[in-house]
Amino acid sequence: MSCYTAQELIHGYLDCELDVRETAEIERHIHECKACDSTYQKQLILRSALRDTTLYFKAPEDLKRRIHTSLQIEAKAETAHRPFRWSWALMAASLAVLLLATTLWKFAPAFRASSNDELVAHEVVADHIRSLQMTSHLIDVLSTNEHTVKPWFNGKIDFSPPVRDFAEHDFQLYGGRVGYLNNRTVATLVYQRRSHFINLYIWPVESSNNVKESSMQLQGYNLIQWTSSGMMYWAVSDLNSVELQEFTRYVQQ
Amino acid sequence: MNTRKKLTSFEEAVLPHLDAAYNLARWLTRNDADAHDVVQEAYLRAFRFFASFNGIDGRAWLLGIVRNTSYTWIQQNRSPGLSVPLDDEIYEIESNELNPEALLQQTSDGKMVREALEKLPLEFREVLVLRELEEFSYKEIAQITGLPIGTVMSRLARGRKRLQQVLINQKNVEVLS
Repeated sequence: MSCYTAQELIHGYLDCELDVRETAEIERHIHECKACDSTYQKQLILRSALRDTTLYFKAPEDLKRRIHTSLQIEAKAETAHRPFRWSWALMAASLAVLLLATTLWKFAPAFRASSNDELVAHEVVADHIRSLQMTSHLIDVLSTNEHTVKPWFNGKIDFSPPVRDFAEHDFQLYGGRVGYLNNRTVATLVYQRRSHFINLYIWPVESSNNVKESSMQLQGYNLIQWTSSGMMYWAVSDLNSVELQEFTRYVQQ
Repeated sequence: MNTRKKLTSFEEAVLPHLDAAYNLARWLTRNDADAHDVVQEAYLRAFRFFASFNGIDGRAWLLGIVRNTSYTWIQQNRSPGLSVPLDDEIYEIESNELNPEALLQQTSDGKMVREALEKLPLEFREVLVLRELEEFSYKEIAQITGLPIGTVMSRLARGRKRLQQVLINQKNVEVLS
């Protein structure tokens, strides 16, 4: 066995991953070759250093609690989306419909009538990404104080968006800016949770009907949209869907 | 399976591996807050894909998801310094200059070993953590990372050599300063 081969096989030997023949060969080689024996000895030392328990990161206590909570929310959401038990036949039927729809979608783009919501969703995501690419673009008014941010919008837009800080729930108001979406000027509030930013877009709509929220995912971002008291809201973030939903809950309160 | 039952069996199978999940995410992202986010997201993903779990090895299955979630995270939040390769000149020092006794002395400081491992490029850090800290077999590492078994062995070989070199380098810096 050449030293070149031995230098790699030493690692398989160290990890007990060699077959009987290779094991015998490497043992003989280490016994005869001083340089390779030294490599092997050093690897043994390195191994025992790496198995030092202080290198192991144990999960913090609160993480377990948080995961448990978020799983329960997720499980509830799953149940809510499944008001009755699907029989296999129904499942198969819906799969067939889905398949048909996907095929139509793929092969008949002419039939694809993009709803306005979808267009807005793309605009929202594009604006969200743009705002994060340039930090100078993220906010026009930097303040964690709702009484600074709200009056700042005066004279810049033709409506007064509701501005509230949710710092006590760990959604910190970060600032605001004026944007242009859906062919109109909109107010954008920026919130922060840990290292994630949430852009909340607000603009007035004609109908005063409250429309229940709908959520979607686009390019890996989570979006939630709803209408309340004559205002259209779009929240977008790279935050996971459960926490983004928690956020919208506070905004809606 | 109804949702409550699914949640219970999921938590039984996967929650005991939280430490392993956090350890891997922490070593890959090198940051507490990020590891926190990655693990939480990975558990949600795992819950959604629980049907794909074969029921045999929950730890390897979960760590595969944690690994993918970490990679997605790293790609989205790539900072310039993240994957800068180590200076090639570091490797000009012949590893044979170091005798086993000298290495033993250097590795006696756990903090230095930790810093050296953190400096390794992601692909080496990953296999070393899975092999040395989690004690997975090559086959399991191949399953988690999606690498061929042969690649697992050569990555480990190169990773360990690099780790040794970083330790030597740290030692030299210390002597100089």
